[in-house]
Parts: sequence; structure tokens; C-alpha cells
Amino acid sequence: MFEAIAFYLFAALTIVMFTITVMTSQALYALTAMAAGMIFISAFFFILGADFLGAIQIIVYTGAVMALYAFGMMFFDTTRNVIEKRSNPRFVVVLGGLAAVLVVFIVLAPIVTNNLEAHYPIDLAVGNTQAIGMVLFTKYLVPFELAAVMLLVAMVAGIVLAGKKMDKSLTLMAEEEIALLHASTANETTEEGVH
Amino acid sequence: MEITLTHYLVLSTLLFAIGLIGVMRRKNLLMLFFATEILLNSVNIGMAAISHYRGDYTGQMFAFFIIAIAASEVAVGLGLLIVWYKRTGKIDLDQMTSMRG
Repeated sequence: MFEAIAFYLFAALTIVMFTITVMTSQALYALTAMAAGMIFISAFFFILGADFLGAIQIIVYTGAVMALYAFGMMFFDTTRNVIEKRSNPRFVVVLGGLAAVLVVFIVLAPIVTNNLEAHYPIDLAVGNTQAIGMVLFTKYLVPFELAAVMLLVAMVAGIVLAGKKMDKSLTLMAEEEIALLHASTANETTEEGVH
Repeated sequence: MEITLTHYLVLSTLLFAIGLIGVMRRKNLLMLFFATEILLNSVNIGMAAISHYRGDYTGQMFAFFIIAIAASEVAVGLGLLIVWYKRTGKIDLDQMTSMRG
């Protein structure tokens, strides 16, 4: 009973929040509604007994969405409305509904045929986090390492793309050299302006 | 009032549809990122639900890796967005028509 109440409550909240994220014309509303929706999604993981996944969801998405939030504040004048194309809304809704129905069939097909068998059955004797660790570091060790390498590559890519003056170390230089560097960049920008 | 797997799959599909509408509707690239995050999260709900109702840890493993992919996507995507914004001062999709095909 409580499970049903929790499910319907959080389902309604999540759908409302994500609809606001998708439909609003204010960047600030979209950002805050998405952060709220991500936190509400972790409630489903806790209901389903996936405690570790719920905690990870909160940690990762609070961090990532807060970073997005900061960038949004940086990029936009948040009071200004975001202009979107509204060529044919009915077309978009019909396409989205069609794709959603297709996804339902894709997901339901193996359930209906009912020929799945559990490779790593859930063991209630140990906690969720312990069991996740045992499966992750035995059966899924190679994908785990690949994910680690992928995250490292993504981190390096983020630093290289977003960082300025990566070839010079500001921490190892004297104050005069940094002042000189700033002066030279100022000159460069003025020259670019002349050109 | 039993909550079954179908409830969760329908919810997952609804959220996926919302994200899909967002992807088709948004012109602003940052808003497009939000829509893709919604897509990834809706799939995660389905994975966790199947994991619970089939009694198998594989679904949770996949959800875990999907979260890792989403995090790296945000990192690289925001880096590219910053570079593009520094060059042009805009992050609208309509401006990115340099490739003719």
C-alpha cells in the first residue's frame, strides 16, 4: 500500500518536473526543475531496493546538475526567455508518442516471452551495496575498468577544451612574469581588434 | 494495489517520451543536454525495475554504467559548448550550419 502511494506520488512529481524542464522558456526554471526531478528519480531506486544506485544517483546528479546550473547562470541572462522553434508541435507530439509506444513493445517483448533467467540472482542475505560490489568487481571488472578509462578521457577532454593557457603554469611563475603574460594577452586582444 | 513491473516500464516510457519531445523541440544546446539527461534517466528507472522484479543484479549494473556514461557526456559536452561559445558567442543549433551536405 505504502509502496503504491510512494510510486504514484513520485511518478507524478517526476513527470511534472521533467515536463517543466522540457517545456519552459526560462532557463532558470528548466535547471531547477531538472535538479528536482533527478532527486525524485532516486526515490524509485530506493523503493526498488537498489540502495547503492539511489545514493549514486543523488551524488552524481547533484554534482553534475549543479555544474550545469553554474554554466547556465554563466551563459545566459536568466531573465531572458529562451527562443525555441515551434514549427509544428503536433508533429513533434505524434512522433514522440509513436517512439514511446515502440519502446514499450521493445521492453515488453522479452517479458511476455518470459524466457529470461537470472545470471546474478539477488541474494537477500547480504546488503545491496555489498552484493553490487561483489558482482561489479568479479563479473563486471573489465567494463568497470573501461568506464574508469572513459571517465579519465572525459576529464582530460573537459580540462583541455575548457582550460585557458594550459601550456603555462601560473603556480610556478613569479608575479612579474604573470603580469607580463597578462600584458601580452591584452596586447594580443587589441591587435586582433585592429585586424 | 500491487505495483508491478509494467507500472515502472510505463513510467519509464513516459519520461523517455518527455525527453524525446525535448530533444526535438529545443534549439538551445544547453537545453538539449537537459533533454538527453532525461532520456538516460528514464532508461535507468526501467533497468532498476527489471533488476528488482526479475531478481537479477545485471539491470543495476547497466544502470550504473549508464550513469558513468552520462557523467562523461556532460563533461565533454560542456567543454565543447564552452569552446563554441568563446568562438561565436551563441549556443543555438541553427548557427551550426558550417557543414554543407
